[in-house]
Amino acid sequence: MSSLPWLTIVGVTPLVGSLVIALLPSSSAPGSDAARRRRDLLVKRTALGFSLLTLVLTIAMVVSFSPGGPDYQFTQVYSWIPRFGIHYAVGVDGIALVLIAMTAVLTPAVVLASWHDVDPPPEVAATADTPGSGPKAVPARARRRSVKAYFAWMLLLETMVIGIFAATDLFLFYVLFEAMLIPMYFMIGSYGVGRRQYAAVKFLLYSLLGGLLMLAAVIALYVYSARAGHPGTFLFSQLTHVALSPGAQKWLFLGFFIAFAIKAPVWPFHTWLPDAAAAAQPGAAVLLVGVLDKVGTFGMLRYCLELFPSASRYFTPLILVLAVVGVLYAAIVAIGQTDMKRLIAYTSVSHFGLITMGIFALTSQGQVGATLYMVNHGFATGALFLIAGFLIARRRSSLIADYGGVQKVAPVLAGLFLIAGLAGLSLPGLSTFVSEFLVLVGTFTRYRAAAIAATVAVVLSAIYILWMYQRTMHGPVRKPVEGMPDLKARELWAVGPLIALIIALGVYPQPLLNIINPAVQHTLTQVHAIDPVPPHPGQKSVTSVADPGRIVGGKLTKKELAP
Amino acid sequence: MTGTLAGLPMRAASALPTLAAVGVQRTAWLMLVFPLAGALVLLLGGRRTNRFGHVVGVAMPFASFVVAVITFVAMLGYPASQRARDVHMFTWISVGGFHVDAGLLVDQLSISFALLITGVGSLIHLFAVGYMSHDPDRRRFFGYMNLFVAAMLLLVLADNYLLMYAGWEGVGLASYLLIGFWQYKPSAAAAAKKAFVVNRVGVAGFSVAIMLMFATFGTVTYTGVFGQASSAGRGTATALGLLLLLGACAKSAQVPLQSWLLDAMEGPTPVSALIHAATMVTAGVYLIVRSAPIFNLSMTARLAVTVVGAVTLLFGAIIGCAKDDIKKALAGSTMSQIGYMVLAAGLGPAGYVFAIAHLIVHGFFKAGLFLGAGAVKHEMNDEVDMRRFGGLRVVMPITAATFTIGWLAIIGVWPFSGFFTKDPIIAAAFAKGGISGALLGSAAMIGAGITAFYMTRVLLMTFTGHRRWEPDAHPHEVPPVMTSPMIVLAIGAAGAGAFLMLGNRFVDFLSPVTGAPPASRGLITPVSGATLALVVLGAVIAWAMYGRREIPVTAPAARFPVVAARKDLYGDAVNEAVFMRPGQWLTRLSVYFDNRGVDGLVNTLAATVGGSSGRLRRVQTGFVRSYALSMLVGAVLLVGVLLLVRI
Repeated sequence: MSSLPWLTIVGVTPLVGSLVIALLPSSSAPGSDAARRRRDLLVKRTALGFSLLTLVLTIAMVVSFSPGGPDYQFTQVYSWIPRFGIHYAVGVDGIALVLIAMTAVLTPAVVLASWHDVDPPPEVAATADTPGSGPKAVPARARRRSVKAYFAWMLLLETMVIGIFAATDLFLFYVLFEAMLIPMYFMIGSYGVGRRQYAAVKFLLYSLLGGLLMLAAVIALYVYSARAGHPGTFLFSQLTHVALSPGAQKWLFLGFFIAFAIKAPVWPFHTWLPDAAAAAQPGAAVLLVGVLDKVGTFGMLRYCLELFPSASRYFTPLILVLAVVGVLYAAIVAIGQTDMKRLIAYTSVSHFGLITMGIFALTSQGQVGATLYMVNHGFATGALFLIAGFLIARRRSSLIADYGGVQKVAPVLAGLFLIAGLAGLSLPGLSTFVSEFLVLVGTFTRYRAAAIAATVAVVLSAIYILWMYQRTMHGPVRKPVEGMPDLKARELWAVGPLIALIIALGVYPQPLLNIINPAVQHTLTQVHAIDPVPPHPGQKSVTSVADPGRIVGGKLTKKELAP
Repeated sequence: MTGTLAGLPMRAASALPTLAAVGVQRTAWLMLVFPLAGALVLLLGGRRTNRFGHVVGVAMPFASFVVAVITFVAMLGYPASQRARDVHMFTWISVGGFHVDAGLLVDQLSISFALLITGVGSLIHLFAVGYMSHDPDRRRFFGYMNLFVAAMLLLVLADNYLLMYAGWEGVGLASYLLIGFWQYKPSAAAAAKKAFVVNRVGVAGFSVAIMLMFATFGTVTYTGVFGQASSAGRGTATALGLLLLLGACAKSAQVPLQSWLLDAMEGPTPVSALIHAATMVTAGVYLIVRSAPIFNLSMTARLAVTVVGAVTLLFGAIIGCAKDDIKKALAGSTMSQIGYMVLAAGLGPAGYVFAIAHLIVHGFFKAGLFLGAGAVKHEMNDEVDMRRFGGLRVVMPITAATFTIGWLAIIGVWPFSGFFTKDPIIAAAFAKGGISGALLGSAAMIGAGITAFYMTRVLLMTFTGHRRWEPDAHPHEVPPVMTSPMIVLAIGAAGAGAFLMLGNRFVDFLSPVTGAPPASRGLITPVSGATLALVVLGAVIAWAMYGRREIPVTAPAARFPVVAARKDLYGDAVNEAVFMRPGQWLTRLSVYFDNRGVDGLVNTLAATVGGSSGRLRRVQTGFVRSYALSMLVGAVLLVGVLLLVRI
């Protein structure tokens, strides 16, 4: 099985889909309204088909991945620009694999949920369909936006993100890291709402700034690799062996870290995210917050730690402070938001703080938790954003104050919104709890103060989620909400699987953990970090003795780490 | 470490092995599965299950009860030292040294709770069939109730702290859903959120405690933590104890995290009976008693527990005296009674058994009292103001009779239940010795007198005297589906105390887990005599104030102490001043700062770079090209640099 170039197949599939869509007749071609709608439908079905195909292929790839096998699997290395040691090199460890899987799961859900998001507004029905919403709610001018391009961008973005997670050549990674901005820029700038252009440019400027810093660091790293004797290279596997002076490590670390901190985003580089998420269509916001931002945290885990281990340790206290401040600050700001999309964006900033904290705690629980958090956050926030989007599509407003009593008229919508929200506040039994607790407990074993401070977010998250839920879903049915339809089958199919995953991974996360564990052990070995040993080890439970394989396995990895 | 620590006999059980379950006990997990399946069917099934939803809703907890009884009978077949059995389900989380199983611990303590939860729970479910019969959302109600039962069983049956935490939050969720069941009422929605948020404060403490356990012991299982607790030293034990106490305070509505319970009465009355009286709010007591090996090591933590208990038992009793809302009066009483349990739990091995015994009989009589209140409310068109009741004894004789038995049980008249479980707590508090013992004992004794006062007041205002009903009220006795659970609970309220406590039956059963209290000194002691005198005094005062005199339909104006009690002793005012206002202020400030400070800086920068906002807009429209250009420039730059540095 492993002889198949899985990664390339998975990565290229959405690209093919994107090209196929580009070749389909455009909706602006001459023809009646009905003909146009038919063409749009073909585009959407093609996008859905290719995203589902990608998902199926990804599942096949995950199944053929062997968790105990080599660190990087499905590897392919082809020389691309030999002169500079640039390769087309791909391969995944457990961390990258689960992130690719998360991307592949989210994309079809987003395609399905975005079905009508960029349709030309129904010019006749615009007023009839929103009773009592007043003139403000009617969209300004019916703009002709290309449905085709929107879905093509979406699939192109999926290819790029999969490529980023799969790349094992730093140049390839960097190119995709920058190129990824283009589809998202258009998805926000041309298809968004409100101050979409402002938000898109802000997003771009921030990202470009980070990208430039990283570019400088990438070049410098190449130079060092060339100086180290062998010909210069961009291959990650070789770059990790390049000896760097402590000073150089620090500067290069900063170049990478700031780029990733902007992307993630980590406080105080976060202000572009609420603007971008609020301006984007819900589906684009999911791809932005759920997928794109994970590149930042993934980059910290893979590149910052493994390339610059001693600088990582040097900067850890500073980063932990930023992370904890971000966790609390963003949660407090989230409480004060009046717009659902901005609120969810701020909760994400808070969660990214936790992920960053878990990564830099340099313990297996912290990093496994952080990785799992990236996946779970994608599903949970994805579901929350999409359901908020369904709500917004009905009422044409993202302001919390425009709702009230929705649970009475649309109980299924409200119920799923609640589950997604509870995942946002990390309720046990839902997937986010496992990752959040692992992050906290992993941090606690080494940095108690940071973990305790971050635990305050447990209270804050309950406030921001439940207060939003109370204001939108509870209370007497507000007039504009009357007659609001419940979820349609398409919408249910979009978020239902995400909700099911949230519950399933909360009850039984071990399959994912088994994939992530070895990859994190590898990372920790690179950073020379060993989990703190408890001073008074208690006897494990009776039942775990009956399961000696796992415990022996755990001890072995510790022994391996010891020297 | 062996011998005694802090003057306490070491708990024997920590040394006892936990054996793997065999035989029928291996299926103990069915207890969880039945109500969980019920919840799934009822909540996912939608309207299709409306017709038979309540049947499923009642059958599932009954099925769990049957499993619990079978498990219990099997346990009785083992010798006392081998009754702790572990049921392994699956590995939940395993990362590095952090290994958490989904496993159940069936021992004397957890099975006591399981029987209470499923037994009383089934009766309350049955009552709810009648009580909720007119509610269009009855199916959803039973779905939430079954979810609660499953989560509560997980809480008490878990064999490690993290899984217990999952149950702990699960019951919190069920409580949230059920308090807010009539979510279209803004007061219900607000109360639900408040209950969850206040509980999250406790959860934060609980989760830090679990982290500390893992950091210290490398495990979060009961056996692992308890086995090594003594080697970690008193500092760790004190920290763990106080953190766990924070969790217990929130869940059990103990001062200073008590304020949510009175608001929680917004939920349907069966919810108040099951969750906010008989079971969930007692989870804090369970947590403390379960963690006995930790608390045994720390005098400071135990002292804190006793102080919280003593303060709350008076606090709740005083509130109970001033409430005209029958449910809120009973809620104050619940706080107060749990205060007794917490006080007992803080006394260490001398009190653990009494805490649990009182918890169980409280489950019977308080659930019965709440169901009685629910029956009255049901017949009085949802009126809860006792000033509009009166004389209901005649039209609702069965309800009145069961309520009276509950009243006798709670005020502790021989031979009713409360007498056998509350008096040992008061006696144990005095037996603690020293000034603290005298203070705690006095508080508990005075609390007994106040309890007699407010419960007599409730009884008299509701069932005796003149009819002060609203003109459109036509109360009748409730149907058998509602009276039968009340009757069964009344039997429990009457006899459970004597059954458990006479002949040391419950003490002997539970002491392998909790340690045994010193032998009792007979039924009639000076302490119990004095308590009885206070109880009679309280009841007589209440009779003089409410039995003999006419009760005005509107509450008379009152002066300081009564006003304070009516306002829940300013619990909400304190919360508002200390947490809410500063919190709102901080939130507003942060939002302002985020928009103007951090963001303003960036925008200024962008505007300066672009010259003006108009220029910025032009940059935007032409951005596609310029971005493509900059990419190109970047690429050229990259290649150029690479060429230059090529060695």
